[in-house]
Amino acid sequence: MKKLKKRLYKILLAFVVFLFANFLPIEIMFEVSEEMQDTIRLCIYLVAYMIAGGDVVKTAAQNIVNGQIFDENFLMTIATVGAFLVSEYPEAVAVMLFYQVGELFQSYAVNKSRASIAELMDIRPDYANLKDQDEIRQVSPEEVPVGAMILIKPGERIPLDGIVKSGESSLDVSALTGESLLREVAPEDSVISGSINKEGVLEVQVTKEFGDSTVSRILDLVENATDKKAETENFVTRFAKYYTPIVCILAVLIAIVPPLLIGMLTGTVEQGSDGTTVTFLAGVLGSEKSLWGEWIYRALSFLVISCPCALVISVPLSFFGGLGGASAKGILVKGSNYLEALGNCKTVVFDKTGTLTKGVFQVQDIEIFSGTREALLTYAAIGEGYSGHPIGNSVKDYYYSEMKTNSNALEKLLKDATITEEAGYGTITAYADKKIVVGNAKLMEKANIKYKTCEITGTHVYVAVDGICLGCLVIADALKETTKEAIVTLKKLGIEKTVLLTGDRTDIAKQIGESLGIDEIYAELLPADKVTQLEVLLTQKKKDMKVAYVGDGINDAPVLARADIGIAMGALGSDAAIEAADIVLMDDNPAGIGTAIRIARKTVQIVKQNIVFAIGIKVLVLILAALGFANMWAAVFADVGVAVLAILNALRALKI
Amino acid sequence: MKKVFKVQELDCANCAAKMERNAGKVAGVQSVSINFMTQKITLEAEDDRFDAIVDEVEQVMKKVDKEVRIVR
Repeated sequence: MKKLKKRLYKILLAFVVFLFANFLPIEIMFEVSEEMQDTIRLCIYLVAYMIAGGDVVKTAAQNIVNGQIFDENFLMTIATVGAFLVSEYPEAVAVMLFYQVGELFQSYAVNKSRASIAELMDIRPDYANLKDQDEIRQVSPEEVPVGAMILIKPGERIPLDGIVKSGESSLDVSALTGESLLREVAPEDSVISGSINKEGVLEVQVTKEFGDSTVSRILDLVENATDKKAETENFVTRFAKYYTPIVCILAVLIAIVPPLLIGMLTGTVEQGSDGTTVTFLAGVLGSEKSLWGEWIYRALSFLVISCPCALVISVPLSFFGGLGGASAKGILVKGSNYLEALGNCKTVVFDKTGTLTKGVFQVQDIEIFSGTREALLTYAAIGEGYSGHPIGNSVKDYYYSEMKTNSNALEKLLKDATITEEAGYGTITAYADKKIVVGNAKLMEKANIKYKTCEITGTHVYVAVDGICLGCLVIADALKETTKEAIVTLKKLGIEKTVLLTGDRTDIAKQIGESLGIDEIYAELLPADKVTQLEVLLTQKKKDMKVAYVGDGINDAPVLARADIGIAMGALGSDAAIEAADIVLMDDNPAGIGTAIRIARKTVQIVKQNIVFAIGIKVLVLILAALGFANMWAAVFADVGVAVLAILNALRALKI
Repeated sequence: MKKVFKVQELDCANCAAKMERNAGKVAGVQSVSINFMTQKITLEAEDDRFDAIVDEVEQVMKKVDKEVRIVR
């Protein structure tokens, strides 16, 4: 920033000197010949020029010594020195000044935006309060070993992943997930580095070294994201490589060829009978007396426009802004290329369990055939009393919450129970003098119990006591609260096809898929079948249209890798997901997919705008300059002015 | 060995690209990437001469912009 200030002062000084040169009444101050007056004026212009552009000329000279020609310093030097030689003194100085102002503004804008994006991504903790035998020391997070105790005061950032040993608080995880809801923590809960402690003092036992902690992994990912370049960025690099030499060659041609040709043709043109044509031609071609000067001036304007800076800076900056804006929403994109691909995504493929659904079995419904609801739930809970299976657990959880009781009460009941497990079917329990049968339809048939088939989709657990079926509990994986809205959003965004791939049973997949309005449903797939099915989808798509796969990162790594864009959800704490995916949604919310697509599209759109705008203006000014309708001022605008505007446009990518 | 350094006074995207090209030609450098956005250089080079190579890379970068500095 100090450097910028110095440059600003230089520009102001040069501007003052430039005004002097322009408006100083030399003819009144000095009684010298007119020729002498011009020389004095030229000298003052030269002083202004050296103040404004001395560095540029010097760098240009140095670069030539170092074997680097064709950089913008060199081109500006040639252009302005050339202007001096064709006696356009004010123009030469003003153009250099204008160029420097533009450059200054450009550096300022880039630095500012870089800093503000970097700030968005900055979740790095500065220190850790290490508890060391009742003494608390502030150390850098890197020094804290696994197993150490650290203290986190209200307002501080949690430096390392760990488990709360004492204290209760709520944590702000918005820097990681974009989720503004506070997360409550109590002893034995795990906490994630990067979140901010809002209320009480927490004592945390460290479980991971800083290098392996969530915050380092995220930072690593975000900081390396700009290394993976989007196709558009590579296009710009290639374009820049050819653009400058081509414009320079054109400049040389313009300086030499037309004057020679005109020199040869002048006679014929003047003899033409149509007076207006002659005047027009004279305007376009330059008046005869300064023919060479005029064309050299036009060529010099070309040189000013020949720097591809606007593109070279604004395109990566737009992507960087998009990556920054996404990470502020808890969406980590591993590279500009993935952001670009997501912008062209037309098919979204979902995994079911853990992605659209919570991945937790819950009792969704009960159907009572006889007896009370209370009896049904109690017998079911006794039957599943010692079960560790997810279905058994869900039955017990439902019993606790519906009956407002806890495991202690159930254990008392279980003292009188003798449970026999029928693997794959359920359990048969002798309870007091009753015989309880809890299990699936097959078990009911096996035990010769009459039952009604339950019509509700899900996994069925029938409960029978002494040969009479009391009812049925329907257990299913519940949809996440935001799933439905997320799919609607995707449709609104113009996603042409949504697909569900799942290992679950066909009727369950159908029921969930249809209720969400998903277009294609493929069920009962093994992990390998998912890859095959995805490949079919990849061949069906139109060229340039991308297929995204959204999974939770558990056992679908091959599919995540195979898709054009692999999106992993709920990555907070899951290392595997961060490894396998191209885009990582930090929280469990499927609504993030829509947000990510919106950010990607906006970024791609801004990049396109900048490319069209920058190249368009440059080509337009090049043509106008060649025809003599644009002066060097316009050329400088086409160079730095366009760059500054493109940078400002790029900043929009940050705001979603 | 692969290390990441902060770079100071790197204030032009085009220069960063140029520096990266030239730094890649320094003997002993296995891979180098200069990131203008994060103002960082990632350098992978031979272990035994690593520090010397960093110095050399810095010199090469200074040829493009003499103000630029690698923070060690």
